[in-house]
Amino acid sequence: MRKYLGIAFLLMGIVAIQLVASFTDSVYYLTQLTMAGYYTMAVLGLALLMGYAGQISLGHAGFFAIGGYSSAVLTTYNLLPYRDGLFYRLLEALQLLQKREDLYGDTIVNLHPVVAMVVALLLSALIAYVIGIPVLKLKGHYLAMATLGFGIIVYRVVLGTALFGEADGISDVPPFRFYGDLGISGDMDLRVENYYIAWISVLLIMVLFINLLDSRVGRALRAIHGAEDASRAVGIDTGDYKLKTFVLSAVVAALAGVGLTHFNGGIGPSEASVMKSVRYVAIVAAGGMASLWGTMVMSTFLNFMSLRGYFGSYDDALFGGILILIMLFAPEGILSISFRRAWKRLIPRTERVRDGDTEGR
Amino acid sequence: MGVELFLQYIAAGVTYGIIYAIVAIGFNIIYNTTGIINFAQGEFVMLGSMIAISLHGVMPLLPSIVLASVVTMFIGALIEVLFIRWLKSPTVLRMIIITIGLSILIRELALSIWGEGVRALPYFTGNEVSSVEIGMIRISPQVLWVVGVCLFMVAVLQGFFHFTLLGRKMRACAANPVAARLCGINTKNMVTLSFMLSALIGAVAGCVVSPITYSQYNMGTGLAIKGFTVAILGGLGNSLAALGGGIVLGILESFSVWFMPSAYKDAISIAILLVILFVRPSGLFGSKERMALKEF
Amino acid sequence: MEILRVDNLSKSFGGLKAINNVSFGLRKGAIKAVIGPNGAGKTTLFNLISGFLRPDSGSILFKEQEIRDYDAHRIARLGISRTFQHIRLFPGMTVIENVMMGRHRFGRTGFLGSMLNLPRKKREERETRDGAMEALRFVGIEELAHRDALELSYGQQRLVELARALALEPEILLLDEPAAGLNMRETAEMGQLIQRIRDRGITVLIVEHDMSLIMKISEEIVVLSYGEKIAEDVPLAIQKNEEVIRIYLGEEDAQDH
Repeated sequence: MRKYLGIAFLLMGIVAIQLVASFTDSVYYLTQLTMAGYYTMAVLGLALLMGYAGQISLGHAGFFAIGGYSSAVLTTYNLLPYRDGLFYRLLEALQLLQKREDLYGDTIVNLHPVVAMVVALLLSALIAYVIGIPVLKLKGHYLAMATLGFGIIVYRVVLGTALFGEADGISDVPPFRFYGDLGISGDMDLRVENYYIAWISVLLIMVLFINLLDSRVGRALRAIHGAEDASRAVGIDTGDYKLKTFVLSAVVAALAGVGLTHFNGGIGPSEASVMKSVRYVAIVAAGGMASLWGTMVMSTFLNFMSLRGYFGSYDDALFGGILILIMLFAPEGILSISFRRAWKRLIPRTERVRDGDTEGR
Repeated sequence: MGVELFLQYIAAGVTYGIIYAIVAIGFNIIYNTTGIINFAQGEFVMLGSMIAISLHGVMPLLPSIVLASVVTMFIGALIEVLFIRWLKSPTVLRMIIITIGLSILIRELALSIWGEGVRALPYFTGNEVSSVEIGMIRISPQVLWVVGVCLFMVAVLQGFFHFTLLGRKMRACAANPVAARLCGINTKNMVTLSFMLSALIGAVAGCVVSPITYSQYNMGTGLAIKGFTVAILGGLGNSLAALGGGIVLGILESFSVWFMPSAYKDAISIAILLVILFVRPSGLFGSKERMALKEF
Repeated sequence: MEILRVDNLSKSFGGLKAINNVSFGLRKGAIKAVIGPNGAGKTTLFNLISGFLRPDSGSILFKEQEIRDYDAHRIARLGISRTFQHIRLFPGMTVIENVMMGRHRFGRTGFLGSMLNLPRKKREERETRDGAMEALRFVGIEELAHRDALELSYGQQRLVELARALALEPEILLLDEPAAGLNMRETAEMGQLIQRIRDRGITVLIVEHDMSLIMKISEEIVVLSYGEKIAEDVPLAIQKNEEVIRIYLGEEDAQDH
């Protein structure tokens, strides 16, 4: 149970922040915290991939965007013209459609957000799987460039396609209602509820990831990262593990994209930009590469500050600077203890020399 | 399409392709001496042209280009000294992230100095409507400037690497850094030099192409990834092949607007990159053996 | 009965023939040694059998099944386990965690089961831990179970790696210079341990430089020189084989300089 101690503290922190915000009459901070929560989900997925499976991805904003855009398109695309089609009637019979009025008062019929979400997640999983097979065979610069390339392709496609709203993105995305009015939406009255929805999601992801790392699979991931040869020698299919982690982190990023899109009521191409991907990598690096908690703390802090506009026009420069400083002076991250481990690793070597000496005498 | 139009597209493709090739050669120079892929390579092109444009406000064209190239060259040296030189056996991942961070910082710095506006150097000879007739096609004289200057640079580089002592020292470092150090070559200085060289050629290329493509603070990333595509196309580390690869990519890109919306033009070259990486990571002209030697 | 059969195996790096047309068989339940001067291709041979390298030609039969094109992890899952010349433990893990990795092939819990803490996960964890503990007990270092593996002495690290390889419950164990870096007492203990491993019914193929150890424990010896097999016989015959003596004396000469 000790491993859930952090989760308990996280839960207390989430509640405490909400209480403080409500009592000090500053609930408007919760809006940015909610958004930070969704970004944190995406970053946690990347932390799993980079820190534990040891694979860099410079295109993770691409998966976030695939999730967000898929659900935005599916929940705003008017299906009314197809109402005589068999497919439409099937969806209607299964109650997978939702009717609403658009800004001009016309009735439009869309897919229900749940269906859109399922499709978005499946799509992101599929894309991650298909590109993951060749991409994860690459190493070093090649892997970095290939993932960067993937991210740019997603960016260019959403920017250049009418279906995705080109430079304007997609707006008028309906709320994602769970029960009555309760659900993910930008509604001012539901600010506290939305804060909880986002952060309970983060908390659940944390629980799932902690469980994952504390298991046969988690050990295998650490083993691959620590000594790939040795892990193959004990029968670990390293390629398969990397691929599955890649797909998992892509799906989590897509889920975050779905959530933020419904919260914001839309999505724009900047969510798919290279700078967003780099930002995620910077946060993971600052959090200590292989530390979910470090990543979560850094992500919440940096995203919140950035969304509040405290970094002004130096926003992007700041993340670039973080990347450089971390990699120059603390490549294993600020909060990591890997330095100590790296040091210890040297010790057996010296003992080996000493043993050899005694034998020689 | 008519033959004439076809040739026009070829000419446009060659112009862009040669710039990609110069960026690719910049990658290669640094890669060969350090094993690092400098993700900030495209920023040198941007810096060179932006500095030249600013200088041109107070001085004639030629001195402003020369001065801008020299300044960029020293920025290259500064980057190496500040961020690379003192690192002890950095991992590949670390170097990737550092150079990405650098490219962002340079870009943001450029944004705060020059703003978001699109700028350009004037045409070296004539103006945007003047043209020369070569065979069946009419092309802007600036295209000839681009092709001429870039080919000249490639030739000078080849000469430098093969016939001067300094160039040979750099090649020695690329082939075997340990042996080069034992022979008394200061490998660290060679690395600085490689950054200076690739910044210099990038800046010059940025200046000659600026009248045609215009310059903007954020042009670097696109150039970097295309330059990398070309470097891969030609086999990483092989500069002459990069020239061929660049022209191939430039022409492919130029013709891609015939069957795809032009908004996807960038996506095309990246898709080509991905396909090459997946199918033949050693490049079209490179060999598997060479790849194995430089792999990490 | 032959549990492993290597036929006409060849592997080149560039122009260098690291293994050239090597054939031999491995009798079930035996301890067989591969010896030869430095650079004879012993480690390459191990890497070929364990799937870390792909041969250019020839075949490797494990229980009459062709495994030459299998990847390393697949070969390990079949029951061919190995250790490395330079110890490769997992950094940041305790001794028991390292050895638990050896039990990986017996687990079934995947990503979903792990994340959702399905009941099977708990059961498997317990089984894995028990199996790993037993392997530690067998090599005699169970008291070190909760130490950081990389903090241990070199000799202890060797035992951890061996325990990890044994935790796989292999049918064949490939040992790449298990006595390298060990002192005389440790080497003798390692010899006894290898014999006890054989007594459990595990077939052992061993590469080793320590001749006295090899002569004491192995039942058959294959001698490699420049990638080619130059002799294969029982230890006593190998000791008298003139060609073997010549290449070894040659090497001694070379090492003096």
